[in-house]
Amino acid sequence: MVSITIDGIKASVPDGSTILQAARSVGVAIPTLCYHPDQSIKANCRICVCEVEGNRLLQAACSQPVAEGMVIKTRSPKVLEARKTILELILANHPQDCLNCIRNGNCELQDLAMEYCIRENPFEFKVRGYKKDFSTPSLFRDQDKCIMCRRCIEACSVIQSVHALGVENRGHHAMVVPTLGMDLIDSPCIMCGQCIHACPVGAIGEVEYIEDFLKAVADPDKIVVTQIAPSVRVAIAEEIGMSTGEMPMETFVTGLRQIGFDYVLHTNFTADLTIVEEGNELLKRLSTGGTLPMFTSCSPGWVNFCETFYPDLLDNLSTCKSPQQMFGALAKTYWAEKMGVDPSKVYSVSIMPCVAKKFEAQRPEMNASGYQDVDVVLTTREIGRLFRMSGLDFTKLPPSNFDSWMGAYSGAAVIFGASGGVMEAALRTVYEVATGKTLEDVNFTATRGITGIKDAEVDLDGTKVKVAIANGLANARKLMNQVRAGESPYHFIEIMACPGGCIGGGGQPITKANAKRVERIEAIYVEDENLPVRKSHDNPEVKALYDEFLHEPLGHKSHELLHTHYHDNQKKYL
Amino acid sequence: MAEEMRIVLRNYGKIDPLKIDDYIAQGGYKSLEKARSMDKKALMDEVKKSNLRGRGGAGFNCGMKWSFAASAQADQKYVVCNADEGEPGTYKDRLIMEGDPHTLIEGMAVCAYAIGATKGYIYLRGEYLFLVETLETAIAQAKEKGFLKDFDLEVRSGAGAYVCGEETALIESIEGKRGEPRFKPPYPPNEGLWSKPTIVNNVETYANIPVILEKGADWYAGIGVASYPGTKVLTLTGDVVNRTFFEVPTDTTIRDVVFTFGGGVRDGKRFKAVQIGGTSGAFIPESLLDTRVAFDDMNAIGATLGSGATFVMDETRDIVDVVTRIMKFFEHESCGKCTPCREGTARMHELMEKINEGQGSDKDTALLNKLGNVMTYSCLCGLGQASPAPALTTIKHFAADYQAKMK
Ligand SMILES: Cc1cc2nc3c(=O)[nH]c(=O)nc-3n(C[C@H](O)[C@H](O)[C@H](O)COP(=O)(O)O)c2cc1C
Ligand code: SF4
Ligand code: SF4
Ligand code: SF4
Ligand code: SF4
Ligand code: FES
Repeated sequence: MVSITIDGIKASVPDGSTILQAARSVGVAIPTLCYHPDQSIKANCRICVCEVEGNRLLQAACSQPVAEGMVIKTRSPKVLEARKTILELILANHPQDCLNCIRNGNCELQDLAMEYCIRENPFEFKVRGYKKDFSTPSLFRDQDKCIMCRRCIEACSVIQSVHALGVENRGHHAMVVPTLGMDLIDSPCIMCGQCIHACPVGAIGEVEYIEDFLKAVADPDKIVVTQIAPSVRVAIAEEIGMSTGEMPMETFVTGLRQIGFDYVLHTNFTADLTIVEEGNELLKRLSTGGTLPMFTSCSPGWVNFCETFYPDLLDNLSTCKSPQQMFGALAKTYWAEKMGVDPSKVYSVSIMPCVAKKFEAQRPEMNASGYQDVDVVLTTREIGRLFRMSGLDFTKLPPSNFDSWMGAYSGAAVIFGASGGVMEAALRTVYEVATGKTLEDVNFTATRGITGIKDAEVDLDGTKVKVAIANGLANARKLMNQVRAGESPYHFIEIMACPGGCIGGGGQPITKANAKRVERIEAIYVEDENLPVRKSHDNPEVKALYDEFLHEPLGHKSHELLHTHYHDNQKKYL
Repeated sequence: MAEEMRIVLRNYGKIDPLKIDDYIAQGGYKSLEKARSMDKKALMDEVKKSNLRGRGGAGFNCGMKWSFAASAQADQKYVVCNADEGEPGTYKDRLIMEGDPHTLIEGMAVCAYAIGATKGYIYLRGEYLFLVETLETAIAQAKEKGFLKDFDLEVRSGAGAYVCGEETALIESIEGKRGEPRFKPPYPPNEGLWSKPTIVNNVETYANIPVILEKGADWYAGIGVASYPGTKVLTLTGDVVNRTFFEVPTDTTIRDVVFTFGGGVRDGKRFKAVQIGGTSGAFIPESLLDTRVAFDDMNAIGATLGSGATFVMDETRDIVDVVTRIMKFFEHESCGKCTPCREGTARMHELMEKINEGQGSDKDTALLNKLGNVMTYSCLCGLGQASPAPALTTIKHFAADYQAKMK
């Protein structure tokens, strides 16, 4: 421990603490922009500078370690002048666009401008005027708003190992660009949206489809149907000022009806269906000498990653569509038929934690119903905006239930939202299908948690199945390299592109730290525990679907509607 | 009268740089032998005692720096020579490498022994391609004669960016990355090249080492100013009669440098200012010319010794115009990593240009002052920290020149 003084407060803090950590531990706030609690220290924004007695220069609190006897001033006139000037420098070429900005009200720069009372800027206002990049259907980049903190670069390179973003040029021409200055769509970007979470400002954001949705709602000819992904409920609460997981499902459903959905159904239904299909696919591969290990295919960012970086391993990917796309294919066939409506009038909206899903919905092969299976994908954040736009008070809304057919689900579907959840759900089903026995304890805790790579072994009545789980693509890469080298000990590998799984997806409420992801994971398992049905194959509506329509897992109809194929999308310059 | 004293340039022009035997005949590599016969701690104590301070600009005690790297635990350590010499008007390192490459190699080998390094790099300014062969020949000769033992030394050419002279940017550049400074601490002696303990010293710093070991720390410590002993190589440019180089003891005054060694201002004109230390050096008026060319003496007048580049300006020079060009240089050379320098250098240039074009007012000089101070205190590396100095010192010492341009 070392003894220091911060703004006159005497404190004893652990050796090796930075000034920032020390200050926070005694309740002194220091502003930051390039600092991110889960990333390496960058010390490039300089907004955190403080005065250290005996030093002529100011020190960056985020990078400067404390030393015995250090006397620190965090708000001396010299410090305040420096911080204010740095803010003025940033703002002098930052678009004055808060009112139109996707991060209005949730922007670290806006907060600081407010806190430091920036009024008249002494520097001449000059916006650089870079071209906005709207090349992908998932996320956009607005370089004019970039403050060059480089947090997105670390998210993309270190967490995802994609390396789609880098710095080009020097001095005030320096900018963040996708590989070789290309548009994002031509870069290796796999559209996971983790850079959105990393960005303190509105320089990267999801491509919004709110207008398309409102147009469909306004159209009397359209039957607007929605599906909600497993991880959305726990996070949506954060968008409307509640705590993580606090939104009751029934109130959420009412809210969705209020903003214009005619039918509220659940992706959890097709999550259960995915488990039945995928579980049977695994058993078939195991028994017929098919390509192993099999990889899960429900994370579209991960599918993009596999197509871009491991096209040689596409045969290992499960052919099962993601729950979103299974739902899309069924909504305009099975569901429309059952409800007696014209499928051409069905407007299928999915509510997703994910921006890669926007891309997935627009893949040309995703039209098994004869139409684009999913018309529009809205993220949790966009739904949050629609809720706020409608002024709903969720403390007063009455509860309501999902519509029938494709609204029922098991706890196994709920845990799809967390890393390891698909694996656990699959094991619950695979065990019972393979052994014919009843699984007494459905909880496979080894698969849970935010650890980068987890593995386990399951005994299917003598047959040992080895499984592994990776979340975040840098972790996935390790498992993939093992497979590529022919050294993988596993039979089944679950991969989620986003750290923590879908609860940390690129479309979720902006997560300022991984701690938030852990909170959401906990909320997911609470929901699973409280459900009467915990296994996918026990979902009564899934059973009915097979009885009435699909007839058997991996059957002819399934093949047509629920399975897909992949493309080699290796970028030539890589 | 002040006299030249040649330590680092002792062999310059006297020996054939490509003949190792010439160097040996002057007592070359004896100091390395002596160093290796000494206990490492005693060796570093000797270097510390000489009070040799870095000649690359930061003026850190050389022996002290070495002892940090020596006490760091690691399987690999590096010795790096900063021969980037990107400062316009500076060519002292070139003189040493071109005239006496072995003194640099010997100095580096002593350092390698002291800290326990087996690998070294000379990071050579990109424009000095013609020196690659000289250095490589000299290294090969030293190897052949068995002087280097297990010390493997390699020449690396820089990429032409001014900021790559900053030691951590230089390290990034050797690692094959974008040449951008790292934040400090950690300092290179603890975590440098590939995160291993690394000594980065200037060419002139290393060149002093063999002589210090030969003649003793006490001898060296007694030369010039006690707080910054030894000599300094100064390169004179601008409106001065003798546009050449001198190696002088550090108790020499600027006045002597300009008027005695430099022969005074050209064409019988009057002196206006001298900028010492390179592009980011302060502009020094007549009234401060009795300052000695030693680190702390220069700091005391708000100036720096830097690389020792000495740019003399006569009465006809348009100071505001000169500073405007300098600010353009820094706008161009900022690496863009940290906010105050990335944005600040461009704004400093913009404001200077406004004043230089007759569009400025006192408000602009006030803003230059504020911004310059903030940059000095807040930038990540020395480039941004030092870059406002020409503007700040001219606003202070040459206010009339600014007034003359106000609208
Ligand atoms: C922008 C910038 C440029 C620099 N350029 C050089 C250079 O060309 N040569 C040099 O020796 N030191 C240069 N330095 C100083 C180095 O960072 C470092 O302090 C020096 O190499 C240490 O060696 P010394 O202790 O022997 O002086 C530069 C510093 C900055 C901030
Ligand atoms: S990024 Fe932040 S400061 Fe910039 S326009 Fe958007 S909300 Fe405003
Ligand atoms: S979306 Fe993902 S892959 Fe694309 S740039 Fe952002 S972090 Fe990288
Ligand atoms: S895009 Fe956002 S995260 Fe990336 S450098 Fe710019 S401001 Fe930072
Ligand atoms: S001060 Fe300038 S050169 Fe140094 S790190 Fe900052 S931007 Fe780069
Ligand atoms: S938060 Fe410390 S420099 Fe950016």
